[in-house]
Amino acid sequence: MEIKKSATAGTMESSDVYVEIEPGAGTVEITLESVVKQQFGEAICAAALDVLAQQQITSAKVHIVDRGALECVLRARVETAAKRGGEEV
Amino acid sequence: MRRSLLFLPGNNPNMLINGNCLGSDAIIFDLEDAVAPNEKDAARILVRNTMKYMDLRGCERIVRINSTDTPYWKEDLDTVVPCQPDVILLPKTGSATDVLLVDGYLRALEEKWGMAENTVALMPLIETAMGVENAFAIATAAERVCALFLGAEDLTADLQCKRTKEGKEIFYARTRLVMAARAAGIAVYDTPFTDVNDDEGIWEDAAFAKALGFSGKAAISPRHVEAINSQFSPAQSDIDYAYEVLDAIALAKEQGKGAISLRGKMIDAPIVTRAQQTIAMAKALGLGREEEA
Repeated sequence: MEIKKSATAGTMESSDVYVEIEPGAGTVEITLESVVKQQFGEAICAAALDVLAQQQITSAKVHIVDRGALECVLRARVETAAKRGGEEV
Repeated sequence: MRRSLLFLPGNNPNMLINGNCLGSDAIIFDLEDAVAPNEKDAARILVRNTMKYMDLRGCERIVRINSTDTPYWKEDLDTVVPCQPDVILLPKTGSATDVLLVDGYLRALEEKWGMAENTVALMPLIETAMGVENAFAIATAAERVCALFLGAEDLTADLQCKRTKEGKEIFYARTRLVMAARAAGIAVYDTPFTDVNDDEGIWEDAAFAKALGFSGKAAISPRHVEAINSQFSPAQSDIDYAYEVLDAIALAKEQGKGAISLRGKMIDAPIVTRAQQTIAMAKALGLGREEEA
């Protein structure tokens, strides 16, 4: 899948995560805002990268605003944003 | 055991992840009325992930998909069935044809994912006049139909009358559904009590549903779960009486007696059947006799 347009998923509600995705410049870049960035930032980014890899996305800019989401919620929102912004190639 | 069924909005992570801590016997992940049209995709992925990754042991997992007159229902099933929900709740079920349409689609998905046929049960939600009229045909339309479920809000709109707390306007629908479900040998669930701030009214409404013969009742608020569980659980006095009945029957058999009375009343087949049902429920709740534990 290729990210063709900007898209978002999720909300800023507690236990959720807000994900913005847009076409990238050849790689996957992730920026993260989270109150637990220090403790869990690496794990959050790893989970997001895994979801994008499963969708076969190799180029994207992703901005994540974490509001205390569990991993299953984060994965769901990244997948949703990717599908909203993407097109099958 | 399915006394209470709690609706949870399918696009609300905070509610979903805490679903099995709210005390209900079943959780209904709602992809329909609780989700805006532009969030249907997000909700079905979130519900799928909740079922896939969260340990919801102790809670039956029901998914209310969108109705078959929307463009969403097939994708709802495509997304959630691989996670083996226990039940699919089908809104706006008006006829046996509606049931067979979804039954066929479920069978194809079960085959695709290597599941035994009828692994996923189906619960038609009756919320139209047509559905009430066709209740028995719906209840017996497919082997996977496990229960009927009354939805009074949409029904009263279809009946062109007001939905009231007293519920006179849905009395016929309630008893009709109980009759149809019991004739079909399946369970039947009452509509939610919609005043989330009336902590007394829910007890009365749940008691009334129990008295009419419902198997349990839905809830839209966690605050209603305790009342529903309590009303649909056998009282200790009922459990004690049930054991007395079965003990009396056993004694009569030993003594070669064909008929026996207990507390001045003849014990006939319906009384024995009710006693067996009460004890089965008691055991499921861990309230059976100590020596049976």
